[in-house]
Amino acid sequence: MPSELSIVWIYPDLLSTYGDQGNVLVLEQRARARGIPTRTIHVRSSDPVPQQGDVYLIGGGEDRPQILGAERLRRDGGLHAAIQRGAALLAVCAGYQIMGTVFGGEEGQPVSGVGLLDISSGRGERRAVGELAADVDPALGLPTLTGFENHMGVTRLGPGVRPLSRTVVGTGNGDGTEGCYAGRIIGTYLHGPALARNPALADLLLGWVTGPLPAIDDGWYQALRDERLRAVLPA
Amino acid sequence: MSQLPLRAQLASALGRTAATLSRATGRGDGSVIGGRVGLMLEPDLLRKLAADRKLVLVSATNGKTTTTRLITSALQELGDVATNAFGANMPAGHVSALASSKGAPYGVLEVDEKYLPEVLDTTEAGIVALMNLSRDQMDRAAEIWLLAQKWRRALAGRPAHVIANCDDPLVTWGASTAARVTWVAAGQRWREDSWCCPECGGPLDRAGFGNGGQNLTAAQLADTSWACRECTFHRPEPNWVLDGEDVIDPRGQRWRLDLQLPGQANRANAAVALAVAETLGLDPGRALPRLRTVTSVAGRYTTVEREGRSLRLLLAKNPAGWLEAFDVADPALPIILSVNAQGPDGRDTSWLWDVDYRILRGRPVLVTGERRLDLALRLAVAEVPFQLCDSFEQAVAVLAPGKIDVIANYTAFQQIRAEFGRAV
Repeated sequence: MPSELSIVWIYPDLLSTYGDQGNVLVLEQRARARGIPTRTIHVRSSDPVPQQGDVYLIGGGEDRPQILGAERLRRDGGLHAAIQRGAALLAVCAGYQIMGTVFGGEEGQPVSGVGLLDISSGRGERRAVGELAADVDPALGLPTLTGFENHMGVTRLGPGVRPLSRTVVGTGNGDGTEGCYAGRIIGTYLHGPALARNPALADLLLGWVTGPLPAIDDGWYQALRDERLRAVLPA
Repeated sequence: MSQLPLRAQLASALGRTAATLSRATGRGDGSVIGGRVGLMLEPDLLRKLAADRKLVLVSATNGKTTTTRLITSALQELGDVATNAFGANMPAGHVSALASSKGAPYGVLEVDEKYLPEVLDTTEAGIVALMNLSRDQMDRAAEIWLLAQKWRRALAGRPAHVIANCDDPLVTWGASTAARVTWVAAGQRWREDSWCCPECGGPLDRAGFGNGGQNLTAAQLADTSWACRECTFHRPEPNWVLDGEDVIDPRGQRWRLDLQLPGQANRANAAVALAVAETLGLDPGRALPRLRTVTSVAGRYTTVEREGRSLRLLLAKNPAGWLEAFDVADPALPIILSVNAQGPDGRDTSWLWDVDYRILRGRPVLVTGERRLDLALRLAVAEVPFQLCDSFEQAVAVLAPGKIDVIANYTAFQQIRAEFGRAV
């Protein structure tokens, strides 16, 4: 276990649309609650992505920042090096699409992604906006995924990734699945503070780099999860 | 003003009747239904009602209603002013506002950001005031860069005189295609939506990056310069400057604002209002006393009394608005926070995570509203102690008599106003 957990937030100047900071704050809090000190680095899109981080986060954004973000990440190479070293990554919404081989630009034109996930994305017919609930791949042993999605993307998963979950309510990837994972990378359309609604997902990311984590008081997390799932799941 | 054609007169009269009925039956304040009836009968009604008036359109993410009120108060020095004072800021509300003051030579209309191009096109307004753009209700609102681009297209090739806040890079970009712009350095506290150049996407060099965007130091807040590192886009030289409690006019004369409305955001709104007033020939010496008469706007900043408790009501609808509300709230007082996620609020509460609540540490914090559990978790993660309350009434009862600040988002605010009979 590292003496200090380093959290790297990639390009908050470009890709931080609506509550993405929440994922950073939740990781910090859950590490702190286990006595693990944290250090968070906000990486501007004009700066190199550090290669020595432990957990990386990338958030959502509009079409143009998404394209700029993908270009800069490809050129930079720091994130690739970090992943090869064994760092964990949570990629959200526009950031999720960027991790694939290709995604749709402003006019639906194909734009090259960074190729860290075997997925390809395009634009769907209509915007998916609303609460989402999904059953997580049993191999991960996590409770129901809950959150909010707001995107027009449709994502096809290749053989190199596994679906993160199967949707019960909501659109997700557009084929009955939501998100994906491969190695220590998790991608999801649940935007903003996905980890606030899914603390077990936060612990999965942390545990990948710190080893097994003791349980902590999840009272407020659980209260919010229960309320949201009650509100959206069929009785 | 000139006579309306007969059909427009009829449409306008029937619209007013519908508005009166709406008010009389208690269904609303009438400003939307009246306009809808009028527009249905005469689609060109807004154009006809706007003709031959000196018209000001006011748009922004935050401060539209208040700035509209401030400009209206100032212009009343010159004559009658038609205005949509109740925040009905789409074309039906504009029709209703103009139809109810047909003889007024001036009009001041609050305009929803998305509707600005359409309303500008229809009304051919001579003056457009633009204050700020930031993330707001992402589940239903347009993305803001796209919005600024639409403003650019709408303003290009028109004679409208734009009064714009040059401390907001996105507003500057949105305004800079206009034929004539008066720049007001009105400040920008929330900078999380403007770290990148709207023109080329390059990094903007400016103060305050990397602290989660919040609680800028006084020095960072005062440093409003910005420039793109990669292209030539930079902050224009301001004609008007807000400097703390003062506004400096284009002649270099300093005016102490002394508003009754609290907070830096309202001083920024007032600076814009003074610039607009001068464009219409009203100098600050005559406009300012009028601005000082404004005490509350549609319930915002009002103090209400209940069983020995004086509750000051602050509205905050998005992260930038919450930072401005924190600027107004008194650190020595207990505070009630109420959050809903109904349609008008946005059904997505993610924005709570963009607000830095740590500033509330050390004061009694009570949390209520329909989405109080979202806020509870947010505060718990920020290590801000709080007490959860099932209702606003319960939160008030928990606190001892005395002064209390209240911050609520849109429908939560309206619910609280309703509890006090909308008498505020």
